[in-house]
Amino acid sequence: MKDDVVLRVVAKLLVPFILLFALYVQFHGDFGPGGGFQAGVIIAAAVIFYAIIFGLPTARSVVPDWLVEAMVAAGVLLYLGVGLAGILLGGNYLDYFVLGATPVAGQHRGIFWVEAGVGITVSGVMLKIFYMFAARARDK
Amino acid sequence: MSVALHMPVLQVVVPLLSAPLAVLARRGSLPFMFTTAAAWFAFATSIALWMEVEHGAVLSYFIGSWPAPWGIEYRVDRLSALFLLLVSGLAAVVLPYSRRSIQAEIPREQHYLFYALFSLCLAGLLGITVTADAFNIFVFLEIASLSTYVMIALGRDRRALVASYQYLVMGTIGATFFVIGVGLLYLMTGTLNLPDMAERLAAERHTRPVLAALAFITVGLSLKLALFPLHQWLPNAYTYAPSAVTAFLAGTATKVSLYVLVRFYYSVFGESLVFRHLPLPEIMLLLSLAAMFVASGIAIFQRDFKKLLAWSSIGQIGYITLGLSFDTVTGLTASLVNLFNQAVTKCGLFLLLGGAVIVAGGSTLERLAGLGRTMPLTSFGIVIGGLGLIGVPGTAGFISKWYLVLAALERGEWWLVFAVLLSSLLAVAYVWRFVEAAYFRPAPPGRPPRREAPASLLIPAWLMIAASVYFGLDTSVTVGSASGAAEMLIGVKK
Repeated sequence: MKDDVVLRVVAKLLVPFILLFALYVQFHGDFGPGGGFQAGVIIAAAVIFYAIIFGLPTARSVVPDWLVEAMVAAGVLLYLGVGLAGILLGGNYLDYFVLGATPVAGQHRGIFWVEAGVGITVSGVMLKIFYMFAARARDK
Repeated sequence: MSVALHMPVLQVVVPLLSAPLAVLARRGSLPFMFTTAAAWFAFATSIALWMEVEHGAVLSYFIGSWPAPWGIEYRVDRLSALFLLLVSGLAAVVLPYSRRSIQAEIPREQHYLFYALFSLCLAGLLGITVTADAFNIFVFLEIASLSTYVMIALGRDRRALVASYQYLVMGTIGATFFVIGVGLLYLMTGTLNLPDMAERLAAERHTRPVLAALAFITVGLSLKLALFPLHQWLPNAYTYAPSAVTAFLAGTATKVSLYVLVRFYYSVFGESLVFRHLPLPEIMLLLSLAAMFVASGIAIFQRDFKKLLAWSSIGQIGYITLGLSFDTVTGLTASLVNLFNQAVTKCGLFLLLGGAVIVAGGSTLERLAGLGRTMPLTSFGIVIGGLGLIGVPGTAGFISKWYLVLAALERGEWWLVFAVLLSSLLAVAYVWRFVEAAYFRPAPPGRPPRREAPASLLIPAWLMIAASVYFGLDTSVTVGSASGAAEMLIGVKK
């Protein structure tokens, strides 16, 4: 679909807004519907959309394979790191109360980083699955 | 901050941590080192935990500092400590073995994924054992199962894919049934914390949703632990998985599912509901006997030695559930001891066989012919492990069968004693098939004379075989903690 001018222009315009919306869903998850899982899927959807319009090789040069795999691992590490931070600051594992000056601030900070970890891993996994299936069709 | 206080959770977190680290490190031997270090850490922790609860103490740990019925509680008692010891111990031995073993079986670019999956599987299995939250058990069950499916699919043989797919379908049905049961229990009690659930269930014990929950959980977990008519996924999965994976799974996956079943029967439903008001003991007795005879009988006619051992595993699960169906302290002790010893012995056998497969190029009995002369150490180890499966005095298998016979006598059921002895004869028959092939048949032409498996494979394998002999001579660890756990489970809920 690389040759279709309308699609290319619309895609270029839409992708930043999809990413922005993903960030909104990610960071507004504390107060309203949303959170890391949904945001991760939306980020991945933006890249998949880009890949459908501009082709897999272009998408792969923007978000390379090594980055996708690193995202899968890094999100989990971030999540575990928040848990271990709780231990290091004198609480239990995944203890958010000790992460901030007040318990409420601590809970906010804890869930913020945990959800960030979820978002990174989910978008990484979605992209990994997409890349694998898309590359499979190409090989045939 | 003291590490000792956080041991119940670090037990799970450290292996979980090594999975993403292995993926990030990717190349070289770092993934191997992370995973092995995590497994050794888990083993050391589980020894410390085991010593701490040895005299009846119960350790509680609250995730996120949310107190028990609301938050997720991790709980270590004598039963979970025994399983933690088993799972982490097997992982600590299998991992050093896997380094050389997977070089022969898995393409190099997938090695780091193997280690990541192994870490996840270990974390899942340890998590199932340590958590006291019903839904958390399901989550860890899925972590362990999903990583297992992929590890089986890594097998060299293309049939591994089908085996893995079959296991995926059966395992998912099992996990779904389990979670339906947990859902029904949650419906009736409004809690997911196991001790809390047990307390609240006391009033609603005979309502239909609770009985339905019992049925769903029993069937779901029976699928996972491969109780006789639900065992179809097991033989192919064990046969076509990479050797290190088979050895680890044979000792842990089905065993941990059995742990969950025991935990739900005794700590949640209570034995009076499970064993007195329902015909469950009779059903379990029948299925166990069927497993002991049919599966052992099928094992005799296998041409592939790995598959033969897999069928023997299904038969051995029959012994374990037979002890469970007695609902006595001796019976439960027999069941737990059997489970521990069988896990150690089978793990050792599959490890040795893995070395033989690399040298001989296959696990069919024709390929293994003449192995007694070309690989004397490996075949001798397999024979000792085989004696353990039969239950010859001096091996761990004897102790398990001894307690099973004691439990049967205690109930005055003489015919069961004969059944156990008779099915041991079937074990003699299938172990003999290996002895005959290895010692009485000439090696196939073209095999190099006298070539042992590399030491990095032989040492862990022999360590397991030596352990199976050790537990046959010194029973203080196995029988001691098994009977302690059995007394705790049956005593508390009377």
